[in-house]
Amino acid sequence: MTTLNTEPDAPVPVGIEANKVRGGPPRSEVLRKDKWWIQPLAIFTGLFAFIVYATWAALRNGHFYAGNVGRDYLSPFYSPCLTNSCTNNGYAWSDWSWWRLSPAIPILIFPLSFRLSCYYYRKSYYRSFWLSPPSCAVPDAGSTKAGGPRSKYSGETKFPLILQNIHRYTWYFAVIFAGILTFDAIAAFRFPNGIGMGLGTLIFVVNACLIWAYTLGCHSCRHLCGGGLRKFSASPSRHFVWKNFVSKLNEHHQLFAWLSLFWIAFADFYTWLVSTGAIHDPRFF
Amino acid sequence: MSDTPTQTSTGDTNSQKKVTLKIWRGDAGGGQFVDYTLDYLDGEVVLDVVHRVQSEQAPDLGVRWNCKAGKCGSCSSEINGKPSLMCMTRMSTLDIEKPITVSPMRTFPIIKDLVTDVSFNFEVAKKIPALRPKPREKDGTYRMAQIDIARGQEFRKCIECFLCQNVCHVIRDHEDNKAHFAGPRFLMRIAELEMHPLDTLDRRHYAFDVMGVGYCNITKCCTEVCPEHIHITDNAIIPLKERVVDARFDPVAWLGRTIMRKPKPMSSEEVAKVTPAARQNQT
Repeated sequence: MTTLNTEPDAPVPVGIEANKVRGGPPRSEVLRKDKWWIQPLAIFTGLFAFIVYATWAALRNGHFYAGNVGRDYLSPFYSPCLTNSCTNNGYAWSDWSWWRLSPAIPILIFPLSFRLSCYYYRKSYYRSFWLSPPSCAVPDAGSTKAGGPRSKYSGETKFPLILQNIHRYTWYFAVIFAGILTFDAIAAFRFPNGIGMGLGTLIFVVNACLIWAYTLGCHSCRHLCGGGLRKFSASPSRHFVWKNFVSKLNEHHQLFAWLSLFWIAFADFYTWLVSTGAIHDPRFF
Repeated sequence: MSDTPTQTSTGDTNSQKKVTLKIWRGDAGGGQFVDYTLDYLDGEVVLDVVHRVQSEQAPDLGVRWNCKAGKCGSCSSEINGKPSLMCMTRMSTLDIEKPITVSPMRTFPIIKDLVTDVSFNFEVAKKIPALRPKPREKDGTYRMAQIDIARGQEFRKCIECFLCQNVCHVIRDHEDNKAHFAGPRFLMRIAELEMHPLDTLDRRHYAFDVMGVGYCNITKCCTEVCPEHIHITDNAIIPLKERVVDARFDPVAWLGRTIMRKPKPMSSEEVAKVTPAARQNQT
């Protein structure tokens, strides 16, 4: 253990005097004149719409595989395929015939935990759902009510929010799932009479690309690939990856978070449309 | 506001534009917004107009300023409710058809009018253990590669205007958290030291236990208001949070340290003993 050359009974730092009279305009008065509420409202609407769609998609437990119309398209909500209902081309990863609920439920735990603990989504839902704060220089909801249930704030220091610190573990699983969705994108080139490409194939390839862009731009990934080092010069290859690849993706983490979220829902919806016969999947070659 | 006091003046310049500033006047005992209507010239910033209010209508108006160039961090205030530097906010970016509010930073105790007591920040600064460099090389020098200090150089752009401290809801909306949350400016300072290639201290447990990095819920307001455009959240606070995870929440990292026989993370108590505040108490 590294030790410090200090006096054994050196005192701990002085405390900070809090609760001084502040003065100035009352904190409850929002002085911002711009439309600060648009962003949290838009994010709330977008995330809520996804939650509604994802709930329907996860619970419908049908038409998640388009093998019935000669297409190897598997909805990302149901990937990896855990049932024997997507075995047209020997596709099932395992047979969970004992599982009575929708197979999407055990699958979605992993990407859901990754996105819930994602630093970008944390910002989004803390602002738009929990209103803590809804926008900058706008008071936390309930914080102006002295003695109210939300007059105290402990952030991510206590249960359950301290669990946000598991983000890097959810990232490990996210990498596995990104690999599985890449497999799905490759499998989407398989047609009953050989290799081909349909509109769905393109959708699944874009889906895999967006998932990778989001997953590899993760802040935990940025730390693990090299950001945690004190000396980059001792690990030039990690510095190269950190600087030229992960940090570049990280700058657009918000963009890829939204694009990948939208595209997952779109890929699922397209699979459902094709599988139910509502539309015909055009084949390019 | 019908009961708002109003004063007007006309400058002797050729400007034809009128603007009304609602400036907070008062002290710890109370106060109110007072309207000042006056001309303004093209190219002026809010601080220019506030200065003319001071010279033409309200000589007792309290306003702190120094460089008028966005480098001293003195004229921090809230313009139309947004934490901003008065010297870096051009009047042309504001809607002058409506009154413009200029108020003091609301996280800190007011002294007079637009001047606040920011000593909280200096007290927090005393809690941060300074750089403890490794021994010099044989020729008596320290050497650092540019790629090792580039990250920290971004944080050194900080002018200590404390707008990030002001906007952070952890202390802005919860006064009691000032006792155990350092705020973004000082979490960034710890991150800078933790990334320093020569430093030998390990402040990770300390950052969580004493400086309260866990209170930050990364809503990025500090980054939004930073006049130096430092990526406080993405480049400092989140990397610091990840380092804290290494030290206290990641069993794999613990296993790696144990197997590789690497030093244990320093305890908060150990680190606390070498802070400027601890030394100040000793003398």
